[in-house]
Amino acid sequence: MTTLSFDSTLDPILSRRAEIQKIASSSVKRRKTYSKIGIAVCLLCLIVACIPLLAIIGYTVAKGLPAWTSVFFTKNMLPEGIPNGGLYNAIIGTLIIDAIAIAITVPFGILGGLFLAESDGPIAGAVRFSADVLTGVPSITIGIFGYIIWVKNFGYSGYAGALAIGIIMLPVIMRAAETALRGVPVNLYEAGLALGARKATVARKVTLPVALPGLITGVLLAVARGAGETAPLIFTIFGNQFLQTNPSKPMEALPIAIYSYSSQPYNDLIQIAWGGALLLMAVILVLNIGARLVSARLRRERR
Amino acid sequence: MTTPSDTTQTVGLTTQEVFMAQQPGTTKVMGLEDVTVTFRGRPAVRGVSFDAYEKEVTALIGPSGSGKTTLLRALNRMHDTERTAAVTGRIMLGDTNVNDKSTDPTLLRSRVGMVFQRPNPFPTMSIYDNAVAGLRFNGVRKKSLLDEAAESALVAAALWDSVRERLKVSASTLSGGEQQRLCIARALAVEPEVLLMDEPTSALDPIATKRIEELIGELKDRVTIIIVTHNMQQAMRVSDRCAFLLMAEDRSGELIEYAPTSKLFSEPDDPRTLDYVNGRFG
Repeated sequence: MTTLSFDSTLDPILSRRAEIQKIASSSVKRRKTYSKIGIAVCLLCLIVACIPLLAIIGYTVAKGLPAWTSVFFTKNMLPEGIPNGGLYNAIIGTLIIDAIAIAITVPFGILGGLFLAESDGPIAGAVRFSADVLTGVPSITIGIFGYIIWVKNFGYSGYAGALAIGIIMLPVIMRAAETALRGVPVNLYEAGLALGARKATVARKVTLPVALPGLITGVLLAVARGAGETAPLIFTIFGNQFLQTNPSKPMEALPIAIYSYSSQPYNDLIQIAWGGALLLMAVILVLNIGARLVSARLRRERR
Repeated sequence: MTTPSDTTQTVGLTTQEVFMAQQPGTTKVMGLEDVTVTFRGRPAVRGVSFDAYEKEVTALIGPSGSGKTTLLRALNRMHDTERTAAVTGRIMLGDTNVNDKSTDPTLLRSRVGMVFQRPNPFPTMSIYDNAVAGLRFNGVRKKSLLDEAAESALVAAALWDSVRERLKVSASTLSGGEQQRLCIARALAVEPEVLLMDEPTSALDPIATKRIEELIGELKDRVTIIIVTHNMQQAMRVSDRCAFLLMAEDRSGELIEYAPTSKLFSEPDDPRTLDYVNGRFG
């Protein structure tokens, strides 16, 4: 019986496999260390990035929470030194102004977004570019714009404030709507067309419902953005110590109240301003979390 | 090529034994023992046991939802990245239990390569850089070894002749079929012992598919292949053994039959296999 010599180095693949596996296992410790360092650096950056956010939230809660009494939510603003003043008029003012702003902006924003999503022509390009520029315009400029357009002609009013806030919200909604609508698979759109539907019908029956979670998220985020703006309101609603529910008259709003009270040299007013800041922050936080929950819930239900 | 010299180790095998060792179907490379994959506690594929042999192609076939891909991804710990997934059972690769916590997944994956449904070459890397990406990830720096492995893998993937002049060109300039062959080369360059292929031709046209199928036949001498396919003709053409999976009542996949391909397609033991291979359902 012949005995063959069996040599692993004869087979180039086997020998290369052995060499590669040797290098891989000898370097695995080093690679793991690098990986751990990398993850640690990421984590560190994450923590550093979160510090300002957490510090602001913590500080505002600590300073603002003591101001949250029943009086704070139910009584109007009172001059310094007089106890039992609240921010009732500012809360109501903000609700009314933002509601008007939403009512104006949502249809324009979503339909504009639909146009942007469906069209790649020069008009869409110009609109998209304008929306992006508008997002970056300093909010004080928009306040001055509102002042010139509205206040110069009709005087200070809640409508002027809603207009200015709406201009802040519009590009945010529009671009969010475009992104949400573009995320709808083209084959659904084509399936609709192939059944003989018109573009508008497909948009209404197929595209918009599918994009709904994204649209709701976009609107909520835009509201959160608009609700916190101060500068556009300073030039448009003037402020009002008393409860004013008629938006054609000068009104009060939370950001204005915080702005004017926090610059006063009276502790009781500054205390109320902290309470207002906390309220505004809480509302915006709730809107942001709500936006995530809504889109997550709707997406899950679809599956 | 190295010539037999005094480095030669004589291990005293008889001709018969050497011959046997080179025969397909004799050396077990990967053995699954009661493998179950669950997502959020619900089994997606349940209690699968079979062996894959050296120099052979093992195909996993079955209708959608039977857990073929899920099972395949368990074999190189790809479920590690999915937090809701859990794999139980033993998956033996030589003496290593793939599914053991102490098995390093990165080292394991250099022994068990994978090719995905859609060609996924790294778009910012050149053809050459793609081919040697796995080697570099594994810490290989030696230029001669990189070059040698890249050429060998590209030759094996039947890509060398068409790309040797443009190795520095971006991989995204290749056609779909070429990209998939580059992905095969990329997996081969690490010289894995097992190559997992997850419906590697489902995104390709018939001509590109034919080339990949021919390739699979040539590659099995180099690496043990386990392939998922929902194309029965493909399984028949490329595989030596076939595992047929089916979704059970509780919507989890189970292994119905495991047999040499010729037997599974002509005279299977289970009537459900017969129905499936005859196209009566699925």
